[in-house]
Amino acid sequence: MNARLQPATPPSVVTMAHGGGGRAMRGLIEGILVPAFDNPILATLEDQARLSLADLGAHGDRLAFTTDSFVVTPIEFPGGDIGKLAVCGTVNDLAVSGARPLYLSCGLVLEEGFELAALERVAHSMGCAAREAGVAIVTGDTKVVERGAADGIFINTAGIGIIPQGIHIAADRARPGDVVIVSGTVGDHGIAILLARNELALAAPVASDCQPLHTLVASMLAICPDIRCLRDATRGGVATVLNEFAVSSGVGIRLQETALPLNDAVRGACEILGLDPLYLANEGKLVAIVPGTHGPAVLAALHAHPMGREAAIIGEVCAQPQARVILSTTIGGDRVVDVLFGEQLPRIC
Amino acid sequence: MRYTDEFRDPIKARALVAQIARHAPPLAQRLGRPLQIMEVCGGHTHTIFRYGLKAMLPEDAVEFVHGPGCPVCVLPMGRVDDCIALARDPAVIFTTFGDAMRVPGSQGSLMQAKATGADVRMVYSPLDALRIAHDHPEREVVFFALGFETTMPSTALTVLQARRDGIRNFSLFCNHITIPATLRAILDTPDLCLDGFLGPGHVSMVIGNRPYEFIVERYHRPIVVSGFEPLDLLQSLWMVIRQLAEGRCEVENQYTRVVPEEGNAAALAAVHEVFELREFFEWRGLGSIEQSGVRVREEFASFDAERKFRMPNLKVADPQACQCGDVLKGLIKPHQCRVFGTACTPEMPLGALMVSSEGACAAYHRYGRLNPGPPRPETVAMAGAQP
Repeated sequence: MNARLQPATPPSVVTMAHGGGGRAMRGLIEGILVPAFDNPILATLEDQARLSLADLGAHGDRLAFTTDSFVVTPIEFPGGDIGKLAVCGTVNDLAVSGARPLYLSCGLVLEEGFELAALERVAHSMGCAAREAGVAIVTGDTKVVERGAADGIFINTAGIGIIPQGIHIAADRARPGDVVIVSGTVGDHGIAILLARNELALAAPVASDCQPLHTLVASMLAICPDIRCLRDATRGGVATVLNEFAVSSGVGIRLQETALPLNDAVRGACEILGLDPLYLANEGKLVAIVPGTHGPAVLAALHAHPMGREAAIIGEVCAQPQARVILSTTIGGDRVVDVLFGEQLPRIC
Repeated sequence: MRYTDEFRDPIKARALVAQIARHAPPLAQRLGRPLQIMEVCGGHTHTIFRYGLKAMLPEDAVEFVHGPGCPVCVLPMGRVDDCIALARDPAVIFTTFGDAMRVPGSQGSLMQAKATGADVRMVYSPLDALRIAHDHPEREVVFFALGFETTMPSTALTVLQARRDGIRNFSLFCNHITIPATLRAILDTPDLCLDGFLGPGHVSMVIGNRPYEFIVERYHRPIVVSGFEPLDLLQSLWMVIRQLAEGRCEVENQYTRVVPEEGNAAALAAVHEVFELREFFEWRGLGSIEQSGVRVREEFASFDAERKFRMPNLKVADPQACQCGDVLKGLIKPHQCRVFGTACTPEMPLGALMVSSEGACAAYHRYGRLNPGPPRPETVAMAGAQP
């Protein structure tokens, strides 16, 4: 027996051992995750991150706390991957409260057989996105499940941020006379994912808009601290967010279809597939409602920011019809923009 | 976007609406009710709601009646049950267009079957299904062939391709249906209340305009074959109203940029090679209609799932409360149905018209609640003498 008989190379895929709490797991954490996330709080490898209350308190007077899980096929797509998505998604959920995002957690569920090289790419991408967003991934957890029990990799991120004093953004604050702004072209992420799945014989130059939005929010708040409502228009798209605003605020929202910023390739794909861009997912676009008097100034602030160059005022808030979103169509008709029950299904003909 | 924006021009739309507003009210006055114009195709229904065309038309002078042209909507529950039985066979990969996934059968929908383990896959073309068959020689791949004459040629060509490639694990569950027979059944409804038709553009691209001649000759209703952009529909509506105003009754073609008078000979040849008429086909809401469906010819029996697999093949009655049939015939508007928006919603569709985005009820529910119009009348107005 030769005690030195070890596998010549470490396995190139995730095995059940990586979730077993032993050396293999430690190797995965210390060999891949800690270097990729690279910050002193995580590097202590305690069971919890320890954060200074005094440091947190310096940023404002309320803590914002959120969580989101990320599952996407394929995990890498034009414009991003599941790692970047997991950081930006949670950063954006914090940012739209007006908070300065500070710390994230990272929970990984890995399927047995998932390539370690892909995990390294995802972790690297998370680290880069976190640094770009000015947040630190300070705590985490890794579980491995048997082959078939998950689809490669699932990521959960929770995040905390601090809301500065005097900022009160909420879905119930829209008032008649306010205007509706989107921060750029809508539907890019939804179409990019659909095309990246390669199920359609369609090719178009569409990349996901996946990006952290907190600096964009900061530039809007600098011009208009009284932003009424703000959300990032992820699943369910702009239509769903605006319905939430209309219902919470008890107001009507009237949109102009011609004002909606759309990438030509997204528009073309929607025409062919019978999809409505108002319901497509975005991962780096804001929907804001601001007082009408501040509309032009906020729009100018967005246009001056690299992530808001294609921002547009797309509608206004009115008293009636309450809790409804109405679209004035290109041709001059009106229709209700309702909330979908499930996801959009392409039409037959 | 070129070639589409031209057909959504609000200035041209206003000009057409002005023409309609000038000529429709006197006709409506003479009838004592608004003109009832049926758009046959679900694609038209979609455009009407998507662009809010209803609100642009003169109130009380002209109304759209949403026809049977949504293939997903007219599929009877028994056929959906057959699909689910097929999909539950472990040997089978069941492939379908996306919007058929949510149609309820008596035992739930394909989407629910998928959630509980059936191998149901969404495809965008029958050729995708053939590719799956090629890639999985150990499984049987069934394609849920569905739709009017528009989708028939692509199914037929796929069968011909499968035969050429010697693919033996591919078959169709054929539910293709034909438009002219269906229009005839609607026109034979005793209490019919229709003044004219907007003909289905994509179907006509395949079959041409001739098959509609019986509508003008025997039933004396004008029909204008229409495109799918909002200006197409407004212009077609105007052409129908002009016929009525001038006392004419003809088959006219507004969609000349796509629809040839004689249809598409190559597509028709493929359809006739693979399919033959069924004596009867069952429609949801409309019952059994003579010669309204097609089946796979004997020569292609090995590609016919109905011959290849045992299926329950049971007739399931439509839910009693559901009035899809009356909506399809134009007897009532969707919101006048007794279960609209209560027992029947897009979340829990009872009737098929609530399922597909092209179904009249789903469209009303999703887009139309801005100004739904009057509630259900006590008695349905009868059609007056037609020109």
